[in-house]
Amino acid sequence: MIKTSATENNITLEAKEVTIQFEGLTAVETVNEKLHTGEILGLIGPNGAGKTTLVNALTGFQIPTSGKVFLGKKEVSNLTPHWFRRHGVARTFQAGRLFREMPISENIEVAAISMGLGRRKAHAHAMELLEWLGLADRAKLPAGVLPYTDERRVGIGRALAMKPSFVLLDEPAAGMSDLECDEIMKIVSEIPSRFGCGVLLIEHNMRVIMGVCERIHVLDSGKTISRGTPQEVQKDPAVIQAYLGHG
Amino acid sequence: MQDIVKNFNYKKILSDKRALVILGIVISIIGIIVAVTDPVRFQILITSVSEGSFYALAALGIGLLFGVLRLINFAYGDWVMLAGYALILPSTAVTSTLIIGSFHPVLIVLIIIGFTVLLSVLSESTVFRPMRNTNPAIMMIASFALGYVLQNLTIMIYGGRPKSAGIFEELTQTVDLAEGVSVPLLKIITIGVTAVLLILLTLFLHRTRIGIQMRAAAEDFRMARMLGVRANFVIAMAFVISGFLASFVSLMYVTQIGILTFRMGTPIIVFAFIATVIGGMGSLVGSVVGGMVVGVSSVVLKNILPGSIRGFSDAFVFGIVIAILLARPQGLVPAKSARERV
Repeated sequence: MIKTSATENNITLEAKEVTIQFEGLTAVETVNEKLHTGEILGLIGPNGAGKTTLVNALTGFQIPTSGKVFLGKKEVSNLTPHWFRRHGVARTFQAGRLFREMPISENIEVAAISMGLGRRKAHAHAMELLEWLGLADRAKLPAGVLPYTDERRVGIGRALAMKPSFVLLDEPAAGMSDLECDEIMKIVSEIPSRFGCGVLLIEHNMRVIMGVCERIHVLDSGKTISRGTPQEVQKDPAVIQAYLGHG
Repeated sequence: MQDIVKNFNYKKILSDKRALVILGIVISIIGIIVAVTDPVRFQILITSVSEGSFYALAALGIGLLFGVLRLINFAYGDWVMLAGYALILPSTAVTSTLIIGSFHPVLIVLIIIGFTVLLSVLSESTVFRPMRNTNPAIMMIASFALGYVLQNLTIMIYGGRPKSAGIFEELTQTVDLAEGVSVPLLKIITIGVTAVLLILLTLFLHRTRIGIQMRAAAEDFRMARMLGVRANFVIAMAFVISGFLASFVSLMYVTQIGILTFRMGTPIIVFAFIATVIGGMGSLVGSVVGGMVVGVSSVVLKNILPGSIRGFSDAFVFGIVIAILLARPQGLVPAKSARERV
Protein backbone atom coordinates (compact mmCIF):
# COMPACT_ATOMS: atom_id res chain seq x y z
CA MET A 1 0.00 0.00 0.00
CA ILE A 2 0.91 3.64 -0.15
CA LYS A 3 3.21 4.68 2.58
CA THR A 4 2.22 8.11 3.68
CA SER A 5 4.20 8.96 6.73
CA ALA A 6 7.76 8.90 7.80
CA THR A 7 7.05 7.28 11.12
CA GLU A 8 9.17 4.32 10.11
CA ASN A 9 12.53 5.38 11.36
CA ASN A 10 15.84 4.63 9.78
CA ILE A 11 14.48 4.64 6.26
CA THR A 12 16.97 6.22 3.87
CA LEU A 13 17.09 7.37 0.28
CA GLU A 14 20.43 6.34 -1.06
CA ALA A 15 22.49 6.85 -4.20
CA LYS A 16 25.13 4.17 -4.50
CA GLU A 17 27.92 4.69 -7.03
CA VAL A 18 25.44 6.48 -9.28
CA THR A 19 26.71 7.44 -12.72
CA ILE A 20 24.58 9.10 -15.36
CA GLN A 21 25.75 9.61 -18.91
CA PHE A 22 24.06 11.36 -21.78
CA GLU A 23 25.55 10.16 -25.04
CA GLY A 24 29.11 10.26 -23.84
CA LEU A 25 28.70 13.28 -21.58
CA THR A 26 29.00 12.25 -17.97
CA ALA A 27 26.57 14.35 -15.93
CA VAL A 28 27.01 12.48 -12.65
CA GLU A 29 29.98 10.26 -11.84
CA THR A 30 30.03 7.60 -9.11
CA VAL A 31 28.22 9.68 -6.53
CA ASN A 32 27.36 8.24 -3.12
CA GLU A 33 24.93 9.85 -0.72
CA LYS A 34 22.43 8.76 1.86
CA LEU A 35 19.55 10.99 2.88
CA HIS A 36 17.98 10.24 6.27
CA THR A 37 14.54 11.24 7.49
CA GLY A 38 14.62 14.28 9.74
CA GLU A 39 17.72 15.89 8.26
CA ILE A 40 18.37 18.70 5.80
CA LEU A 41 21.07 17.94 3.26
CA GLY A 42 22.33 20.66 0.95
CA LEU A 43 23.37 19.83 -2.60
CA ILE A 44 25.48 22.57 -4.13
CA GLY A 45 27.84 23.08 -7.01
CA PRO A 46 28.41 25.40 -9.97
CA ASN A 47 26.01 25.44 -12.91
CA GLY A 48 26.09 22.17 -14.81
CA ALA A 49 27.55 20.28 -11.86
CA GLY A 50 24.86 17.61 -12.15
CA LYS A 51 22.71 18.53 -9.16
CA THR A 52 19.34 18.33 -10.87
CA THR A 53 20.40 15.17 -12.72
CA LEU A 54 21.23 13.52 -9.40
CA VAL A 55 17.87 14.58 -7.99
CA ASN A 56 16.22 13.18 -11.11
CA ALA A 57 17.88 9.84 -10.42
CA LEU A 58 16.72 9.94 -6.80
CA THR A 59 13.09 10.55 -7.82
CA GLY A 60 12.70 8.16 -10.74
CA PHE A 61 13.01 10.77 -13.48
CA GLN A 62 16.32 9.40 -14.67
CA ILE A 63 17.49 5.81 -14.69
CA PRO A 64 21.18 5.72 -13.69
CA THR A 65 23.59 4.52 -16.37
CA SER A 66 25.31 2.54 -13.62
CA GLY A 67 25.02 2.38 -9.87
CA LYS A 68 21.87 1.98 -7.86
CA VAL A 69 19.23 3.95 -5.97
CA PHE A 70 17.78 2.49 -2.78
CA LEU A 71 14.73 3.45 -0.79
CA GLY A 72 15.27 1.72 2.51
CA LYS A 73 16.57 -1.69 1.52
CA LYS A 74 14.68 -1.84 -1.76
CA GLU A 75 16.44 -1.13 -5.01
CA VAL A 76 14.36 1.43 -6.90
CA SER A 77 16.70 2.56 -9.69
CA ASN A 78 14.33 1.62 -12.52
CA LEU A 79 11.00 2.68 -11.03
CA THR A 80 8.83 5.55 -12.27
CA PRO A 81 8.42 9.05 -10.75
CA HIS A 82 4.86 8.04 -10.05
CA TRP A 83 6.02 5.10 -7.94
CA PHE A 84 8.44 7.31 -6.02
CA ARG A 85 5.73 9.84 -5.22
CA ARG A 86 3.37 7.14 -4.01
CA HIS A 87 6.04 5.70 -1.80
CA GLY A 88 6.99 8.87 -0.04
CA VAL A 89 9.61 10.51 -2.24
CA ALA A 90 8.39 13.91 -3.41
CA ARG A 91 10.07 16.77 -5.18
CA THR A 92 9.62 20.28 -6.50
CA PHE A 93 10.72 21.67 -9.84
CA GLN A 94 12.72 24.73 -10.78
CA ALA A 95 9.84 25.89 -12.94
CA GLY A 96 6.92 25.73 -10.53
CA ARG A 97 4.72 23.64 -12.84
CA LEU A 98 1.54 24.40 -10.96
CA PHE A 99 -1.89 23.76 -12.43
CA ARG A 100 -2.39 27.40 -13.32
CA GLU A 101 -6.10 27.33 -13.95
CA MET A 102 -6.92 25.59 -10.72
CA PRO A 103 -7.26 27.31 -7.35
CA ILE A 104 -4.15 27.26 -5.19
CA SER A 105 -5.81 24.98 -2.65
CA GLU A 106 -6.76 22.45 -5.32
CA ASN A 107 -3.18 22.32 -6.55
CA ILE A 108 -2.34 20.70 -3.23
CA GLU A 109 -5.61 18.78 -2.96
CA VAL A 110 -4.88 16.94 -6.21
CA ALA A 111 -1.81 15.42 -4.63
CA ALA A 112 -3.65 14.45 -1.44
CA ILE A 113 -6.59 13.01 -3.38
CA SER A 114 -4.35 10.95 -5.63
CA MET A 115 -2.79 9.44 -2.56
CA GLY A 116 -6.17 8.29 -1.35
CA LEU A 117 -7.69 11.06 0.77
CA GLY A 118 -11.36 11.93 0.42
CA ARG A 119 -12.45 15.24 -1.03
CA ARG A 120 -13.11 16.97 2.26
CA LYS A 121 -10.09 15.62 4.10
CA ALA A 122 -7.89 16.58 1.18
CA HIS A 123 -9.22 20.11 1.36
CA ALA A 124 -8.59 20.34 5.11
CA HIS A 125 -5.11 18.93 4.59
CA ALA A 126 -4.39 21.47 1.84
CA MET A 127 -5.65 24.36 3.97
CA GLU A 128 -3.44 23.26 6.84
CA LEU A 129 -0.40 23.31 4.55
CA LEU A 130 -1.35 26.69 3.08
CA GLU A 131 -1.81 28.12 6.56
CA TRP A 132 1.71 27.05 7.40
CA LEU A 133 3.05 28.44 4.12
CA GLY A 134 1.31 31.77 4.71
CA LEU A 135 -0.92 31.43 1.66
CA ALA A 136 -4.23 30.49 3.28
CA ASP A 137 -5.80 33.86 2.48
CA ARG A 138 -5.19 33.29 -1.22
CA ALA A 139 -6.32 29.65 -1.32
CA LYS A 140 -9.17 30.27 -3.75
CA LEU A 141 -7.20 32.26 -6.33
CA PRO A 142 -6.13 30.49 -9.50
CA ALA A 143 -2.49 29.46 -9.17
CA GLY A 144 -1.67 31.27 -12.42
CA VAL A 145 -1.94 34.68 -10.76
CA LEU A 146 0.81 34.03 -8.21
CA PRO A 147 4.24 35.58 -8.58
CA TYR A 148 6.82 32.85 -9.07
CA THR A 149 8.23 33.25 -5.59
CA ASP A 150 4.85 32.23 -4.20
CA GLU A 151 4.51 29.50 -6.82
CA ARG A 152 7.53 27.85 -5.26
CA ARG A 153 5.84 27.85 -1.89
CA VAL A 154 2.75 26.18 -3.35
CA GLY A 155 5.10 23.71 -5.05
CA ILE A 156 6.64 22.91 -1.66
CA GLY A 157 3.15 22.47 -0.19
CA ARG A 158 2.19 20.16 -3.02
CA ALA A 159 5.31 18.06 -2.47
CA LEU A 160 4.62 17.84 1.25
CA ALA A 161 1.01 16.73 0.84
CA MET A 162 0.48 13.40 2.59
CA LYS A 163 3.73 13.64 4.52
CA PRO A 164 6.34 12.07 2.28
CA SER A 165 9.44 10.54 3.88
CA PHE A 166 11.71 12.59 1.66
CA VAL A 167 11.30 15.84 -0.19
CA LEU A 168 13.78 17.11 -2.77
CA LEU A 169 13.65 20.85 -3.35
CA ASP A 170 15.17 22.12 -6.59
CA GLU A 171 16.30 25.72 -6.07
CA PRO A 172 13.32 26.98 -4.10
CA ALA A 173 14.95 30.36 -3.45
CA ALA A 174 16.24 31.12 -6.95
CA GLY A 175 15.63 34.73 -7.87
CA MET A 176 14.21 35.65 -4.48
CA SER A 177 14.93 38.80 -2.51
CA ASP A 178 16.62 38.55 0.89
CA LEU A 179 13.31 38.92 2.63
CA GLU A 180 11.73 36.15 0.56
CA CYS A 181 14.80 34.00 1.18
CA ASP A 182 14.26 34.40 4.89
CA GLU A 183 10.72 33.10 4.51
CA ILE A 184 11.88 30.12 2.46
CA MET A 185 14.61 29.38 5.02
CA LYS A 186 12.05 29.40 7.78
CA ILE A 187 9.79 27.07 5.81
CA VAL A 188 12.56 24.64 4.84
CA SER A 189 14.02 24.51 8.33
CA GLU A 190 10.63 23.64 9.78
CA ILE A 191 10.02 20.71 7.41
CA PRO A 192 11.90 17.97 9.33
CA SER A 193 10.23 18.71 12.66
CA ARG A 194 6.76 19.30 11.20
CA PHE A 195 6.65 16.43 8.75
CA GLY A 196 9.39 14.16 9.99
CA CYS A 197 10.83 13.92 6.51
CA GLY A 198 14.31 14.27 5.14
CA VAL A 199 15.03 17.27 2.92
CA LEU A 200 17.47 17.47 0.06
CA LEU A 201 17.95 21.08 -0.92
CA ILE A 202 19.52 22.22 -4.17
CA GLU A 203 20.27 25.89 -3.93
CA HIS A 204 22.67 28.47 -5.30
CA ASN A 205 22.03 30.97 -2.58
CA MET A 206 24.78 30.25 -0.05
CA ARG A 207 23.04 32.18 2.69
CA VAL A 208 20.08 29.81 2.42
CA ILE A 209 22.26 26.71 2.22
CA MET A 210 24.52 27.68 5.11
CA GLY A 211 21.52 28.83 7.13
CA VAL A 212 19.44 25.65 7.06
CA CYS A 213 21.59 22.65 6.12
CA GLU A 214 23.17 20.28 8.60
CA ARG A 215 25.24 18.55 5.96
CA ILE A 216 26.36 19.64 2.53
CA HIS A 217 27.33 17.66 -0.54
CA VAL A 218 29.28 19.55 -3.19
CA LEU A 219 29.31 18.46 -6.82
CA ASP A 220 31.50 19.79 -9.58
CA SER A 221 31.38 18.45 -13.15
CA GLY A 222 29.40 15.47 -11.89
CA LYS A 223 31.87 14.45 -9.20
CA THR A 224 31.68 14.76 -5.47
CA ILE A 225 34.37 17.23 -4.42
CA SER A 226 33.43 17.73 -0.80
CA ARG A 227 31.04 16.54 1.90
CA GLY A 228 30.57 17.73 5.45
CA THR A 229 29.09 20.37 7.72
CA PRO A 230 28.65 23.90 6.37
CA GLN A 231 31.77 25.01 8.26
CA GLU A 232 33.89 22.19 6.87
CA VAL A 233 32.67 22.64 3.32
CA GLN A 234 33.23 26.40 3.37
CA LYS A 235 36.87 25.91 4.27
CA ASP A 236 37.51 23.11 1.80
CA PRO A 237 40.05 24.30 -0.80
CA ALA A 238 38.44 22.13 -3.48
CA VAL A 239 35.12 23.94 -2.98
CA ILE A 240 36.73 27.37 -3.05
CA GLN A 241 38.55 26.36 -6.20
CA ALA A 242 35.35 25.15 -7.87
CA TYR A 243 33.47 28.33 -7.04
CA LEU A 244 36.20 30.83 -7.76
CA GLY A 245 37.23 29.34 -11.06
CA HIS A 246 39.25 26.50 -12.38
CA GLY A 247 42.45 28.51 -12.66
CA MET B 1 -15.59 61.93 -33.40
CA GLN B 2 -12.56 60.96 -35.42
CA ASP B 3 -10.65 60.38 -32.21
CA ILE B 4 -13.21 57.88 -31.04
CA VAL B 5 -12.97 56.04 -34.31
CA LYS B 6 -9.20 56.12 -34.11
CA ASN B 7 -9.16 54.86 -30.54
CA PHE B 8 -11.66 52.13 -31.24
CA ASN B 9 -9.23 49.28 -31.53
CA TYR B 10 -11.18 46.12 -32.29
CA LYS B 11 -8.10 43.94 -31.94
CA LYS B 12 -7.57 45.17 -28.42
CA ILE B 13 -11.14 44.35 -27.49
CA LEU B 14 -10.88 40.91 -29.03
CA SER B 15 -7.67 40.11 -27.22
CA ASP B 16 -8.93 41.18 -23.79
CA LYS B 17 -10.92 38.45 -22.09
CA ARG B 18 -13.01 40.76 -19.94
CA ALA B 19 -13.91 42.95 -22.91
CA LEU B 20 -14.88 39.83 -24.81
CA VAL B 21 -17.16 38.62 -22.02
CA ILE B 22 -18.84 42.03 -21.90
CA LEU B 23 -19.16 42.00 -25.68
CA GLY B 24 -20.73 38.54 -25.54
CA ILE B 25 -23.20 39.56 -22.85
CA VAL B 26 -24.12 42.76 -24.73
CA ILE B 27 -24.72 40.81 -27.95
CA SER B 28 -26.82 38.26 -26.07
CA ILE B 29 -28.92 40.96 -24.38
CA ILE B 30 -29.46 42.80 -27.65
CA GLY B 31 -30.39 39.46 -29.22
CA ILE B 32 -32.91 38.71 -26.51
CA ILE B 33 -34.42 42.21 -26.62
CA VAL B 34 -34.71 42.06 -30.39
CA ALA B 35 -36.19 38.59 -30.12
CA VAL B 36 -38.87 39.08 -27.48
CA THR B 37 -40.49 41.94 -29.36
CA ASP B 38 -41.57 39.70 -32.19
CA PRO B 39 -42.98 36.16 -32.16
CA VAL B 40 -41.07 35.02 -35.24
CA ARG B 41 -37.80 36.29 -33.86
CA PHE B 42 -38.55 34.70 -30.54
CA GLN B 43 -39.02 31.41 -32.31
CA ILE B 44 -35.66 31.89 -34.01
CA LEU B 45 -34.09 32.60 -30.62
CA ILE B 46 -35.35 29.34 -29.10
CA THR B 47 -34.39 27.32 -32.16
CA SER B 48 -30.93 28.83 -32.37
CA VAL B 49 -30.16 28.40 -28.67
CA SER B 50 -31.36 24.82 -28.98
CA GLU B 51 -29.08 24.23 -31.95
CA GLY B 52 -26.27 25.89 -30.00
CA SER B 53 -26.89 23.60 -27.03
CA PHE B 54 -26.73 20.58 -29.30
CA TYR B 55 -23.34 21.58 -30.69
CA ALA B 56 -22.15 22.62 -27.24
CA LEU B 57 -22.77 19.07 -25.99
CA ALA B 58 -21.06 17.52 -29.00
CA ALA B 59 -18.14 19.93 -28.67
CA LEU B 60 -17.76 19.13 -24.97
CA GLY B 61 -17.41 15.43 -25.75
CA ILE B 62 -14.56 16.27 -28.09
CA GLY B 63 -13.05 19.03 -25.95
CA LEU B 64 -12.88 16.84 -22.88
CA LEU B 65 -10.81 14.17 -24.59
CA PHE B 66 -8.61 16.78 -26.18
CA GLY B 67 -8.01 18.38 -22.80
CA VAL B 68 -6.99 15.21 -21.03
CA LEU B 69 -5.35 13.30 -23.85
CA ARG B 70 -4.62 15.79 -26.66
CA LEU B 71 -6.73 13.42 -28.72
CA ILE B 72 -8.73 14.94 -31.56
CA ASN B 73 -11.34 12.25 -31.76
CA PHE B 74 -12.97 12.13 -35.17
CA ALA B 75 -14.60 8.81 -34.32
CA TYR B 76 -16.89 10.74 -31.98
CA GLY B 77 -19.40 11.32 -34.78
CA ASP B 78 -19.46 7.60 -35.45
CA TRP B 79 -20.19 6.82 -31.83
CA VAL B 80 -23.18 9.13 -32.25
CA MET B 81 -24.11 7.31 -35.47
CA LEU B 82 -23.80 3.82 -33.96
CA ALA B 83 -25.80 4.86 -30.91
CA GLY B 84 -28.58 5.70 -33.34
CA TYR B 85 -28.32 2.37 -35.15
CA ALA B 86 -28.45 0.56 -31.82
CA LEU B 87 -32.12 1.50 -31.67
CA ILE B 88 -33.12 -0.74 -34.57
CA LEU B 89 -32.98 -4.42 -35.46
CA PRO B 90 -29.63 -5.35 -37.02
CA SER B 91 -30.55 -6.38 -40.56
CA THR B 92 -29.90 -5.27 -44.10
CA ALA B 93 -33.61 -5.31 -44.91
CA VAL B 94 -35.08 -2.25 -46.61
CA THR B 95 -37.51 -1.53 -43.84
CA SER B 96 -36.22 -1.08 -40.34
CA THR B 97 -37.70 -2.43 -37.14
CA LEU B 98 -37.29 -0.64 -33.85
CA ILE B 99 -36.17 -2.92 -31.06
CA ILE B 100 -34.56 -0.92 -28.29
CA GLY B 101 -36.24 2.09 -29.84
CA SER B 102 -39.66 0.62 -29.04
CA PHE B 103 -38.97 0.21 -25.32
CA HIS B 104 -40.14 2.50 -22.57
CA PRO B 105 -38.50 5.95 -23.04
CA VAL B 106 -36.52 5.73 -19.81
CA LEU B 107 -35.23 2.33 -20.83
CA ILE B 108 -34.26 3.64 -24.28
CA VAL B 109 -32.24 6.45 -22.73
CA LEU B 110 -30.52 4.17 -20.24
CA ILE B 111 -29.65 1.48 -22.79
CA ILE B 112 -28.31 3.99 -25.32
CA ILE B 113 -26.20 5.65 -22.64
CA GLY B 114 -24.83 2.26 -21.64
CA PHE B 115 -24.20 1.27 -25.24
CA THR B 116 -22.37 4.48 -26.15
CA VAL B 117 -20.28 4.51 -22.99
CA LEU B 118 -19.28 0.91 -23.67
CA LEU B 119 -18.40 1.78 -27.25
CA SER B 120 -16.31 4.72 -26.06
CA VAL B 121 -14.49 2.71 -23.40
CA LEU B 122 -13.84 -0.10 -25.89
CA SER B 123 -12.43 2.41 -28.38
CA GLU B 124 -10.10 3.62 -25.66
CA SER B 125 -8.85 0.24 -24.55
CA THR B 126 -8.40 -1.25 -28.02
CA VAL B 127 -7.25 1.71 -30.10
CA PHE B 128 -6.24 4.77 -28.11
CA ARG B 129 -4.58 3.22 -25.07
CA PRO B 130 -1.89 1.37 -27.02
CA MET B 131 -1.18 4.61 -28.89
CA ARG B 132 -1.12 6.90 -25.91
CA ASN B 133 2.57 7.61 -26.07
CA THR B 134 2.61 8.42 -29.76
CA ASN B 135 2.10 11.99 -30.89
CA PRO B 136 -1.36 13.60 -31.17
CA ALA B 137 -1.30 13.58 -34.97
CA ILE B 138 -1.01 9.80 -35.03
CA MET B 139 -3.85 9.43 -32.54
CA MET B 140 -5.99 11.71 -34.70
CA ILE B 141 -5.32 9.58 -37.78
CA ALA B 142 -6.16 6.51 -35.70
CA SER B 143 -9.47 8.11 -34.78
CA PHE B 144 -10.22 8.62 -38.49
CA ALA B 145 -9.42 4.96 -39.08
CA LEU B 146 -11.62 3.89 -36.19
CA GLY B 147 -14.41 6.03 -37.61
CA TYR B 148 -14.17 4.33 -41.00
CA VAL B 149 -14.09 0.91 -39.37
CA LEU B 150 -17.24 1.74 -37.45
CA GLN B 151 -18.95 3.11 -40.58
CA ASN B 152 -18.10 0.05 -42.63
CA LEU B 153 -19.15 -2.23 -39.81
CA THR B 154 -22.48 -0.44 -39.90
CA ILE B 155 -22.78 -0.98 -43.65
CA MET B 156 -22.02 -4.68 -43.18
CA ILE B 157 -24.60 -5.14 -40.48
CA TYR B 158 -27.32 -2.71 -41.49
CA GLY B 159 -26.66 -2.10 -45.17
CA GLY B 160 -25.80 1.22 -46.75
CA ARG B 161 -29.36 2.47 -47.26
CA PRO B 162 -30.80 5.11 -44.94
CA LYS B 163 -33.08 3.62 -42.31
CA SER B 164 -35.94 5.17 -40.49
CA ALA B 165 -35.89 5.29 -36.72
CA GLY B 166 -38.69 7.26 -35.24
CA ILE B 167 -38.24 7.61 -31.51
CA PHE B 168 -39.88 10.04 -29.11
CA GLU B 169 -42.04 11.25 -31.99
CA GLU B 170 -44.35 13.08 -29.63
CA LEU B 171 -41.45 15.43 -28.85
CA THR B 172 -41.38 16.81 -32.38
CA GLN B 173 -44.87 18.25 -31.92
CA THR B 174 -44.96 21.97 -31.40
CA VAL B 175 -46.08 23.70 -28.25
CA ASP B 176 -47.34 27.25 -27.93
CA LEU B 177 -45.08 29.29 -25.67
CA ALA B 178 -46.87 32.59 -26.16
CA GLU B 179 -49.07 34.40 -28.67
CA GLY B 180 -47.86 33.23 -32.05
CA VAL B 181 -44.77 31.50 -30.68
CA SER B 182 -44.85 27.78 -31.26
CA VAL B 183 -41.73 25.65 -31.23
CA PRO B 184 -41.17 21.89 -31.23
CA LEU B 185 -41.03 20.53 -27.71
CA LEU B 186 -37.72 18.86 -28.61
CA LYS B 187 -36.04 22.28 -28.95
CA ILE B 188 -36.95 23.20 -25.42
CA ILE B 189 -35.97 19.78 -24.11
CA THR B 190 -32.61 20.05 -25.88
CA ILE B 191 -31.90 23.32 -24.09
CA GLY B 192 -33.05 21.88 -20.76
CA VAL B 193 -31.09 18.63 -21.08
CA THR B 194 -27.95 20.51 -22.08
CA ALA B 195 -28.29 22.86 -19.13
CA VAL B 196 -28.71 19.94 -16.73
CA LEU B 197 -25.77 18.04 -18.23
CA LEU B 198 -23.57 21.14 -18.05
CA ILE B 199 -24.41 21.62 -14.39
CA LEU B 200 -23.76 17.94 -13.66
CA LEU B 201 -20.47 18.03 -15.51
CA THR B 202 -19.38 21.17 -13.67
CA LEU B 203 -20.26 19.64 -10.31
CA PHE B 204 -18.46 16.46 -11.27
CA LEU B 205 -15.30 18.31 -12.31
CA HIS B 206 -15.21 20.56 -9.26
CA ARG B 207 -16.69 18.54 -6.46
CA THR B 208 -15.50 14.99 -6.92
CA ARG B 209 -12.12 13.41 -6.46
CA ILE B 210 -11.98 12.12 -10.02
CA GLY B 211 -13.09 15.48 -11.35
CA ILE B 212 -10.27 17.35 -9.67
CA GLN B 213 -7.74 14.81 -10.88
CA MET B 214 -9.20 15.08 -14.36
CA ARG B 215 -8.82 18.86 -14.41
CA ALA B 216 -5.25 18.56 -13.21
CA ALA B 217 -4.53 15.94 -15.87
CA ALA B 218 -6.10 18.15 -18.51
CA GLU B 219 -3.77 20.98 -17.59
CA ASP B 220 -0.51 19.12 -17.20
CA PHE B 221 -0.80 15.40 -17.67
CA ARG B 222 2.78 14.56 -16.77
CA MET B 223 2.76 16.66 -13.63
CA ALA B 224 -0.53 15.09 -12.56
CA ARG B 225 0.96 11.64 -12.97
CA MET B 226 3.99 12.64 -10.93
CA LEU B 227 1.67 13.68 -8.13
CA GLY B 228 0.17 10.21 -8.13
CA VAL B 229 -2.92 10.72 -10.30
CA ARG B 230 -3.86 7.37 -11.83
CA ALA B 231 -3.54 8.02 -15.53
CA ASN B 232 -5.44 4.99 -16.80
CA PHE B 233 -8.36 5.60 -14.53
CA VAL B 234 -8.65 9.30 -15.27
CA ILE B 235 -8.42 8.72 -19.02
CA ALA B 236 -10.98 5.92 -18.90
CA MET B 237 -13.33 8.24 -16.99
CA ALA B 238 -12.86 10.94 -19.61
CA PHE B 239 -13.95 8.42 -22.25
CA VAL B 240 -16.93 7.40 -20.13
CA ILE B 241 -18.09 11.01 -19.94
CA SER B 242 -17.39 11.64 -23.60
CA GLY B 243 -19.47 8.56 -24.51
CA PHE B 244 -22.18 9.66 -22.09
CA LEU B 245 -22.43 13.03 -23.85
CA ALA B 246 -22.38 11.31 -27.26
CA SER B 247 -25.42 9.24 -26.29
CA PHE B 248 -27.45 12.39 -25.63
CA VAL B 249 -26.22 13.99 -28.84
CA SER B 250 -27.37 10.87 -30.68
CA LEU B 251 -30.78 10.66 -29.01
CA MET B 252 -31.49 14.32 -29.73
CA TYR B 253 -30.32 14.04 -33.32
CA VAL B 254 -32.24 10.87 -34.12
CA THR B 255 -35.40 12.22 -32.51
CA GLN B 256 -35.07 15.32 -34.67
CA ILE B 257 -34.19 13.65 -37.98
CA GLY B 258 -35.82 10.23 -37.63
CA ILE B 259 -33.48 8.73 -40.22
CA LEU B 260 -30.23 6.85 -39.81
CA THR B 261 -27.41 6.85 -42.32
CA PHE B 262 -23.91 5.55 -41.82
CA ARG B 263 -22.54 9.00 -42.62
CA MET B 264 -24.76 10.91 -40.24
CA GLY B 265 -21.94 11.47 -37.75
CA THR B 266 -19.79 13.45 -40.17
CA PRO B 267 -21.64 16.79 -40.23
CA ILE B 268 -22.01 16.62 -36.44
CA ILE B 269 -18.31 16.04 -35.86
CA VAL B 270 -17.35 18.76 -38.35
CA PHE B 271 -19.50 21.39 -36.64
CA ALA B 272 -18.59 20.19 -33.16
CA PHE B 273 -14.91 20.16 -33.98
CA ILE B 274 -15.10 23.68 -35.36
CA ALA B 275 -16.92 24.68 -32.19
CA THR B 276 -14.09 23.36 -30.01
CA VAL B 277 -11.51 25.13 -32.17
CA ILE B 278 -13.14 28.56 -32.07
CA GLY B 279 -13.89 28.10 -28.38
CA GLY B 280 -10.26 27.25 -27.66
CA MET B 281 -8.95 23.69 -27.79
CA GLY B 282 -8.80 22.11 -24.39
CA SER B 283 -11.06 24.61 -22.66
CA LEU B 284 -14.42 23.20 -21.62
CA VAL B 285 -16.02 26.61 -21.24
CA GLY B 286 -14.64 27.34 -24.68
CA SER B 287 -16.33 24.25 -26.12
CA VAL B 288 -19.70 25.42 -24.85
CA VAL B 289 -19.17 28.97 -26.08
CA GLY B 290 -17.95 27.68 -29.44
CA GLY B 291 -20.94 25.35 -29.77
CA MET B 292 -23.28 28.24 -29.07
CA VAL B 293 -21.57 30.50 -31.59
CA VAL B 294 -21.77 27.85 -34.32
CA GLY B 295 -25.33 26.77 -33.54
CA VAL B 296 -26.80 30.22 -33.05
CA SER B 297 -25.11 31.79 -36.06
CA SER B 298 -26.13 28.87 -38.24
CA VAL B 299 -29.84 29.13 -37.35
CA VAL B 300 -29.93 32.91 -37.35
CA LEU B 301 -28.23 33.10 -40.75
CA LYS B 302 -30.64 30.54 -42.19
CA ASN B 303 -33.46 32.85 -41.14
CA ILE B 304 -32.17 36.31 -41.94
CA LEU B 305 -30.24 35.78 -45.16
CA PRO B 306 -32.10 36.79 -48.33
CA GLY B 307 -33.88 33.83 -49.93
CA SER B 308 -31.57 33.53 -52.91
CA ILE B 309 -28.44 32.86 -50.82
CA ARG B 310 -30.12 31.17 -47.85
CA GLY B 311 -29.04 27.79 -49.15
CA PHE B 312 -25.43 28.82 -48.65
CA SER B 313 -25.78 29.79 -45.01
CA ASP B 314 -23.07 27.31 -43.98
CA ALA B 315 -20.59 29.28 -46.05
CA PHE B 316 -21.41 32.31 -43.93
CA VAL B 317 -21.09 30.31 -40.72
CA PHE B 318 -17.64 29.18 -41.77
CA GLY B 319 -16.86 32.76 -42.77
CA ILE B 320 -17.62 33.82 -39.21
CA VAL B 321 -15.44 30.98 -37.94
CA ILE B 322 -12.52 32.16 -40.08
CA ALA B 323 -13.03 35.75 -38.91
CA ILE B 324 -13.00 34.66 -35.28
CA LEU B 325 -9.86 32.59 -35.76
CA LEU B 326 -8.10 35.45 -37.54
CA ALA B 327 -8.82 37.74 -34.62
CA ARG B 328 -8.23 35.13 -31.90
CA PRO B 329 -6.13 32.24 -33.20
CA GLN B 330 -6.13 30.66 -29.73
CA GLY B 331 -9.92 30.52 -29.67
CA LEU B 332 -12.43 32.61 -27.75
CA VAL B 333 -11.69 31.09 -24.34
CA PRO B 334 -8.22 29.61 -24.71
CA ALA B 335 -7.03 27.05 -22.17
CA LYS B 336 -4.40 28.76 -20.04
CA SER B 337 -2.17 25.73 -20.19
CA ALA B 338 -1.98 26.02 -23.96
CA ARG B 339 -0.58 29.52 -23.70
CA GLU B 340 3.08 30.20 -23.94
CA ARG B 341 4.58 31.23 -20.64
CA VAL B 342 6.75 34.31 -20.59
